[in-house]
Amino acid sequence: MNEATGSSTIDAKLRSVLGDVLGLSAETVARFDADTGLFGHLPELDSMAVAGLLAELEDRFDIVIDDEDLDGEMLEAYGGLLAFAEAKVAQG
Amino acid sequence: MQLVSWTCPLPNGGSSEELVVQFDRSRQHRVLVIPALFDEANKLRRQTVEVMRRLDKAGIDSFLPDLPGMNESLEPQSEQTLAGWRDATIAAAQHFGATHVLSWRGGVLLAPIALPGWRYAPQTGAKLLRSMLRARTISAREAGLEETISGLENSARTDGIELAGWQLGAAMFAALESADPQPSDLQVEIAQANIGSTGLWLRAEPDEAPPQADALVTIIATSLGAL
Repeated sequence: MNEATGSSTIDAKLRSVLGDVLGLSAETVARFDADTGLFGHLPELDSMAVAGLLAELEDRFDIVIDDEDLDGEMLEAYGGLLAFAEAKVAQG
Repeated sequence: MQLVSWTCPLPNGGSSEELVVQFDRSRQHRVLVIPALFDEANKLRRQTVEVMRRLDKAGIDSFLPDLPGMNESLEPQSEQTLAGWRDATIAAAQHFGATHVLSWRGGVLLAPIALPGWRYAPQTGAKLLRSMLRARTISAREAGLEETISGLENSARTDGIELAGWQLGAAMFAALESADPQPSDLQVEIAQANIGSTGLWLRAEPDEAPPQADALVTIIATSLGAL
């Protein structure tokens, strides 16, 4: 695994995108842990914001997210989203 | 800042009275502003006007007209077409005596190509639709409904569709699917990387970013020799 696809880099990029979408500071986003609730927990993270988030993840990680990839688990908490991003990047 | 109306010709030969936000002091440079489209229009409206305020201070006039079906317009959204909106921006350019055009995101798809100007973070029609379609399938799933992007696309091509609160007719939907910014030697692309930070269309809520507005206006004013 090279540096560009390393899991710590994915984690950092994912936090950066979430910070951009939610308008949160890097310090606040750095405190997200695997159980931090996302879709359904943060009122501002509505379906349109999630769609924007996914589009940005596609651009920044150079991945394609299919309809069938989307399930409640991956969007519900930070840990699920991170696991999803790591798996997608690993698939190439 | 002035809020006035302008008369927009319609494809059926009629016309409609539409709102325009303008800073008009009859100066040399007159910039027609074509806003971002659909849900991005809401998120970027405030920032768009912030940019216009700064253009005014830099000695540049600007005009942000509603097109039929947008904002305060009485024209039905579902009857608007991409071609109709393109004609409307050409009419607006003539009406306001625009010397330049500044288009935002999906608004680049509508910018009159005969005018020089700037394209801020252009977006294709296909990507605009994809995000809105995805948002709709996500909320449908939350409501226990099964909707797929491909299923929605198929029905939208014949029946039109409601996306992000917008009623898109079948013709508008189909045209957007293949709409790419038209090539132009006259209009300079301004990428988000030139502005710094990240685009406000990404934000879950509408917001403003004064440093980004400053950066955009600096680029424009510099290229006009106004700074």
